Amino acid sequence: MRELKIFAIVAAFTLILYWGVEPFAHSQMHKHVEGNNLVYNGKVDMEECAADKKESKKAFWDDVQKIADLKGDPVAGEGTYAMCMGCHMEGAVNMGGVTPPSLEHAGAIYDKNFLIALIKDPAIATNVDHTYPNGTMLHPMGSISTMVTQPQDIANVVAYLQTKKAGEVTPKEAFTEACGRCHANRYGGLTQLGEIPKTKSNIKTGKDLDRMKYDQKVAEEQASLAEYLGKLPPDLSIIYRARSEHFLHTFIEDPQSQLPGTAMPRTGLNEEGMEKVLAYLEETGDSSKQQREAVGPYVLIFFIVFTFLALLWKKYQWRDVH
Amino acid sequence: MAHFDEKAKPFSHQWLNDRLAVDTLKRVLSTEYWIPKNINFLWAMGMVLAATFGLLLISGIFLLMYYQPNVNTAFDSVNYTIMTEVGYGWLWRHIHGVGASIVFLIIYIHMFTGIYYGSYKKGRELIWISGMLLFVLFSAEAFSGYMLPWGQMSYWAGMVITNLFSGGSLHADFLVEWIRGDYVPGQAFLNRFFMLHVLLLPLAIIGVIVLHFGTLRIPHVNNQTGEAIDFEEAAELYKAGKKKESKVIPFNPVFLSKDVFVMGVYFILFFYLVFYHFEFAMDPVNFDPADGLKTPAHIYPEWYFLWSYEILRPFPTDPGLIAFGFAQVIFFLLPFLDRSPNVAPAGRRGMFNLWFWLMLVDMIVLTFMGKLPPEGIWSTIGLVAAITFIGLWVALPIITKLEKKL
Ligand code: HEC
Ligand code: HEC
Ligand code: HEM
Repeated sequence: MRELKIFAIVAAFTLILYWGVEPFAHSQMHKHVEGNNLVYNGKVDMEECAADKKESKKAFWDDVQKIADLKGDPVAGEGTYAMCMGCHMEGAVNMGGVTPPSLEHAGAIYDKNFLIALIKDPAIATNVDHTYPNGTMLHPMGSISTMVTQPQDIANVVAYLQTKKAGEVTPKEAFTEACGRCHANRYGGLTQLGEIPKTKSNIKTGKDLDRMKYDQKVAEEQASLAEYLGKLPPDLSIIYRARSEHFLHTFIEDPQSQLPGTAMPRTGLNEEGMEKVLAYLEETGDSSKQQREAVGPYVLIFFIVFTFLALLWKKYQWRDVH
Repeated sequence: MAHFDEKAKPFSHQWLNDRLAVDTLKRVLSTEYWIPKNINFLWAMGMVLAATFGLLLISGIFLLMYYQPNVNTAFDSVNYTIMTEVGYGWLWRHIHGVGASIVFLIIYIHMFTGIYYGSYKKGRELIWISGMLLFVLFSAEAFSGYMLPWGQMSYWAGMVITNLFSGGSLHADFLVEWIRGDYVPGQAFLNRFFMLHVLLLPLAIIGVIVLHFGTLRIPHVNNQTGEAIDFEEAAELYKAGKKKESKVIPFNPVFLSKDVFVMGVYFILFFYLVFYHFEFAMDPVNFDPADGLKTPAHIYPEWYFLWSYEILRPFPTDPGLIAFGFAQVIFFLLPFLDRSPNVAPAGRRGMFNLWFWLMLVDMIVLTFMGKLPPEGIWSTIGLVAAITFIGLWVALPIITKLEKKL
């Protein structure tokens, strides 16, 4: 009985200590950001932007909603989509600092309203218009607003994406399409140019010329990204353990909420896109999860049995000392 | 000349006895090493510590097979090679990380047990002092280990802690540079902390553990009432079969059986943490690779250093360093600052009881404040707690001098 009382005191102090240095300290150190349930309607943008911009942002997002209410025609959208392919085709090249991503699963991973906003004005849609004091036309995809001007055309191309480009997407594809043009993931074997190709060294010199050429291309891509964004976006191999899941979720939903003024664009992921991207980050950043869950119970059972046997041994040894 | 039995077969019992005195060793170190009967599970914490050190050593050896002490590859050798490519590498790493954190929890429990029951007094001073040496060595071991993954917190904690050696307005920058081997933490810094972590400090720890065990042999461990037991007499009683009447039990197997049971309970908790709750022991900030150009928003040490960090922080630089130095050495002096002759649990020692609980709570408050950003109310609370800490130590000789003899 006395031992249990002492144990209770030790346990209580230990738990208080834990509470203070973990949950409590973290709740005080990090600003708490509420998510917006992956709804892209400009609400947060208006809270974050300069006062004189509020009106124009409101008008912009009201227009987006109007287009969203139109009925889009996927067949008619295919023609407009060809324009997108002018930049987003396979083997796309860097333009204005960044390489346009593949749109193969755009309908599956991006939110509908976000896509509409993106075609109307990519800088406002991604909430980085503050970095374009000389007009959002300068955004690398900015010229789209002069190419696709009719609300119905926008509705059509978005309907096309949502029917024809909405196939099953793997976590890796979601990451590559939504984040991969800016962020490498070396544990996943990805650079900003995609999967690292397999190359061979020259047997006689020991040098791998193809790899060196590839590395140079990556370095050039990174240099132009750094020029465009002000800094090289960090490698995300192990970001899953460096940030809480809540942080990642709210940050990806709206980077400005956690890093005001950052050049990272909002990527407009929907539920599925977010889930897949986070799954990929978990896969490369915390690869032992499945094994832990498989092995853990056996180790614990072993020690429970061990402890029970130890208890019997103790009772036996102490049988005649009291 | 010793007598060697010609007929003894090599490695037989007799053969070993002639050469190693195994029977005597066994008797002195285990079957006739007497432990008071009147003790609780807190007296198993020493063996729990020894077991945890064993786990740290074994897991560390496995990690060492793949770790690369190079500023360019260290981070990935830990976070990728060990965590992903090496079979069960993650298990060794999580055991090592959780072990390094939990060992301090147990050390603190072990220390406060000693303080509560007055186990540092009269004949047991060297147990206490060798114990404090272990505390300092473990602190150095933990700090040097924390440098190895070369993450943001490794780098910046390394920066901040080595900076302390400039001695405030003494500006002993040469000393800081000498410790780092460079102007800022870099390859030379990582290499030497690697050496300390895997060779010199573990060696010293093993040596001092042996010393700590040695210091226990003559005074024997204390007990729940602080009673001074005549071990010889009690041992005779036990050996005569009067086990109930005797106040002692042999370490092996009677006390050991209880130790092993307590260790079992501890291992359940330990491996629960290893598999399901290891994040507390591995700071997220250290999963960002070291970047000398990007200071993290909050720099704080691991939880077990927070109380002493908070004694440094609320004061201006020079007094802060002095207070910090004070905090590092003052526990060594406990056996001499406690002037009361009573060896008894704090609960029976009047004012000292108050002192004990105040000290415990104050150190927990310091620990909380050490992690929080030093702003507003937090830094005021931190300052008060730091002053209280110093005040308690100043008061200790006085209140123990006034203590009535029991
Ligand atoms: C157009 C380029 C771009 C794209 C696309 C992009 N990011 Fe970023 N990201 C950045 C930049 C630039 C930073 C650095 C931000 C800073 O420090 O201000 C960044 C930083 C981050 C950070 C670190 C934030 C921190 O706390 O330091 C995370 C996490 C992140 N991005 C996740 C993502 C994810 C997930 C995606 C895909 C859904 C993505 N990013 C897409 C440019 C991009
Ligand atoms: C002038 C070339 C160009 C055209 C035309 C263009 N894009 Fe883009 N697009 C880009 C570039 C460049 C980026 C990368 C921008 C960045 O990361 O800052 C991009 C990014 C995107 C993204 C990713 C945004 C995100 O959330 O991360 C989507 C989706 C997209 N474009 C869809 C379209 C669609 C649909 C069309 C056709 C209606 C289109 N684009 C036409 C150049 C273009
Ligand atoms: C970190 C490694 C350490 C190990 C492996 C260790 C091990 C042990 C062991 C096995 C015992 C005997 C059993 C027991 O009473 O628990 C003991 C007793 C003791 N230790 Fe430690 N110890 C360590 C650190 C410390 C520290 C940091 C202190 C305090 C400064 C300390 C102070 C004491 C005291 C005072 C006793 C005697 C307890 C008594 O007489 O009741 N030890 N230690």
